[in-house]
Amino acid sequence: MKYVSEFRDGEIARAVAAEIASVAEPDRHYKVMEVCGGHTHTIYRHGIKDLLPDQVELVHGPGCPVCVLPMGRVDEGISVAERPEVIFTCFGDMMRVPGSKGNLLEMKAEGADVRMVYSPLDALRIARENPDREVVFYAIGFETTAPSTALTLQRARKEGLPNFSVFCNHVTIVPPVRALLDSPDLRLDAFVGPGHVSTVIGCRPYEFMPEDYGKPCVVAGFEPLDLLQSVLMLMRQLEEGRCEVENQYSRIVPWEGNLAALRSMAEVFELRPYFEWRGLGFIAQSALKLSEEYADFDAEKRFSVPGVRVADPKACQCGEVLKGVLKPPECKVFGTACTPERPLGALMVSSEGACAAYYNFGRKSHERVEIGSRN
Amino acid sequence: MSHGAGGKATHKLIESLLLPALDNPALAPLSDAAILPHGDARLALTTDSYVVRPLVFPGGSIGELAVNGTVNDLAVSGATPIGLSAALIVEEGLDTEILAREVGAMGRAAERAGVPVATGDTKVVERGKGDGLYVITTGIGIVDPGLNLSSSSVRPGDRILCSGTLGDHGAAILIARGDLELEAEVPSDTRPLTPLVDALKGVAGPGLRFMRDPTRGGAGTVLNELARDSGYSVALWEERIPIRDVVNGACEILGMDPLYVANEGKLLAVVDPGRADAALEALRAVEGGGEASIIGEVREEPARMVLMHTQFGGTRMIDMLVGDPLPRIC
Repeated sequence: MKYVSEFRDGEIARAVAAEIASVAEPDRHYKVMEVCGGHTHTIYRHGIKDLLPDQVELVHGPGCPVCVLPMGRVDEGISVAERPEVIFTCFGDMMRVPGSKGNLLEMKAEGADVRMVYSPLDALRIARENPDREVVFYAIGFETTAPSTALTLQRARKEGLPNFSVFCNHVTIVPPVRALLDSPDLRLDAFVGPGHVSTVIGCRPYEFMPEDYGKPCVVAGFEPLDLLQSVLMLMRQLEEGRCEVENQYSRIVPWEGNLAALRSMAEVFELRPYFEWRGLGFIAQSALKLSEEYADFDAEKRFSVPGVRVADPKACQCGEVLKGVLKPPECKVFGTACTPERPLGALMVSSEGACAAYYNFGRKSHERVEIGSRN
Repeated sequence: MSHGAGGKATHKLIESLLLPALDNPALAPLSDAAILPHGDARLALTTDSYVVRPLVFPGGSIGELAVNGTVNDLAVSGATPIGLSAALIVEEGLDTEILAREVGAMGRAAERAGVPVATGDTKVVERGKGDGLYVITTGIGIVDPGLNLSSSSVRPGDRILCSGTLGDHGAAILIARGDLELEAEVPSDTRPLTPLVDALKGVAGPGLRFMRDPTRGGAGTVLNELARDSGYSVALWEERIPIRDVVNGACEILGMDPLYVANEGKLLAVVDPGRADAALEALRAVEGGGEASIIGEVREEPARMVLMHTQFGGTRMIDMLVGDPLPRIC
C-alpha cells in the first residue's frame, strides 16, 4: 500500500535499529516519552520495543484525548445524552469511556439516542435531517480534531442551524507536556513529538522543551519506521550534545503549521482558564471552549451543564502511568480490576491508551518471546 | 450490542446465560455445528440468523449470505450438507420485489452449493419492528467418517492455512453502509466453502485437524479460540497473511484491524505439517482459493496465546476482541 508499506519494511527497520544500538552508550539508560497515543498504538502494534536495545525505554505520555477526559465531563455528556429531545453524537472510541454510572454504550442500550459519527460534519447532517430534535456533538481531541469542529461550527452558523450545538472538550498539547516537565518525579531524556497535532500547530510550539527544560524533541509520523527513525534522531542529538526540535514527519508537517486551520480555531474557540485532566489534575489554559461569538452553539450553555467533579476510582493509578512513573503492568489493578472489557481507568479504554495498547498487544512481547520466522 | 459482535462479550453471554440453561453434550463444544451421533453416522446440525444492513452489498445480499453461511458452518465441521430450512421475518412494507429478489438469491446459492432448501417459514412483523428482512437458516449434514476435526486433534508443529484474503466481507459492509463516504468498492467474499473443504479433505485426509470459517470476530477470534481450546500457542507471520490493499487501507483509515473483520467465504484450517504444502496446492487450485497461504503454525509455548511476528520485525499479541471494533478518532 503506497505511503504505508514502505514505512513498514523489516529490512530497513533492522538497519535503523542497529544504528540506534551503535549510538546508545552501553551503560546509560535512555527514557524517551512519546506524547501521542497514536504513537503508543504503533509501538505495540508493530512490536517496536523488540527492535530497540535494552538501554532504550519508551515511556507512554498523556496524548490520548479519550484517556485524559475526566469522569465528570463524561457524566455531563451522558446527562445531556439522556434528554429525550437530544440526538447525541460522538466519535467511536468515546462510547466505552466510563463515567461514574456507566458509559454511552450502556445509555444507548437503555434507549438514549446516541450515534457514532466519523466526522463532526456527520453530526451537522443529522441536525439538518432532524429539525425537530436537538443534535449535540461531543467534541474531543487535541489540536488534531479541533479544526474540524471549528469548521463545522462556522458552517452551522452560516446555515443558521438552530438545533445544533457542541459540547466542547478540546484540549491543547503544550500545557500538559509542560506540567509533566515540571513534575519532580519525572526522569525523561527526550520526547517524540506528536505528528497529527503538529500538522495543525507546526513545530515551533515545542521549542520550550529544549530551551526551558533541556529536552530534545523530534516530531514523528505514525508508521513504525517513522518512530524508529525519530528515536535514532533523538539518540543522535543526545550523543552529539545537541538539544533542539527536529521534524521527522516533514512529508506532512509544515514547520509553521496549518495557518488556515489555526485561523478557524482562533475564531471559534478561546482558552479555558483551567481544565481538569484525568490523572493529572487541573492544568491552566489547557483546553478550549467556544468563543463569545459562538456561544449560541455551546451545549454547556444550552443545557446548563452543572460542572460536576467526580474523583477517579481510588485504586486507579492512571496518573502515574500518564506521567511515565509507572509502566502499565506495574499498576495495582492492571489486568485484574481494570481490563478493556471493564476499564476502571481511562488508559484502558481507547486502543490508543497506554494500558489498553499494552494489554492488547504487548502483554507477552515484554518477555521477548522470539517466535522467529519459518523457512 | 457488543454481545453480538463475536468477541469476548459474545462468549460471556453464551457461557453465563445460554450454556447453564441448555447444557447438553452436543452443545458443549460450542462449535459451528453440533455433531449428533445417529446409528453409525454422525449428523451435523447448525443454525444462524442473518441481520445485515444494507440488505444488498457489493458482492452479495442477505439471501445469498444466509445460505452460504449455514452451508459453510456445516462444511467446516467436515460435513456434507444434505438439506436447509429457511425462515423469513419480513417487516411490513418491504417491497415485494426485494423479497422476490432475495428468495431468488437463496435459490441460486443453494443450487451452487448443491443442497436443497427443503422447508421454511414466513412471518410478517409490524413496520418499524425489523430492518426490512431477517433470514434464519438451519442446515443438516453428514460428517465425513474419516475426519476427526477438533481443537483437541491439533498438535504442535501443525500448520495454519488460510484460504484467501481476510476482512473482505466486513470491509464491504462498512463501506456499503455509506457512513464513511469512502470511495472504494470491496466486494464481499460470500461463497460456499464446500469445494475448498472437499479439496482439503482429498489431499490431507485425517491430517486435516481443525477447520473454521472466520465470520464475526474474524480470524483473530478463531485463532484465539483455537489457542484457548487446544492449550497450545498460535504463531503467525504477518507478511504471509493475505489482505487486499483496499481492505488494509479502509482499516487503516478507521483504526481497525483486518484480523478482526468478518469474512463470509474464507476458511482457516490446521493441517499436519507433512500434508501442509499439498493442502496449500489443493486450495490454490480451487476457485476462491487462489490466494491461499500458510499463515502460521501451532507451537507448544506460550500456552493459550496467539502471537504475531510483525513484518516490521517485532512481536505482537493478538488477543480476543472485546466487543464491536470501535473506530479510533485520530
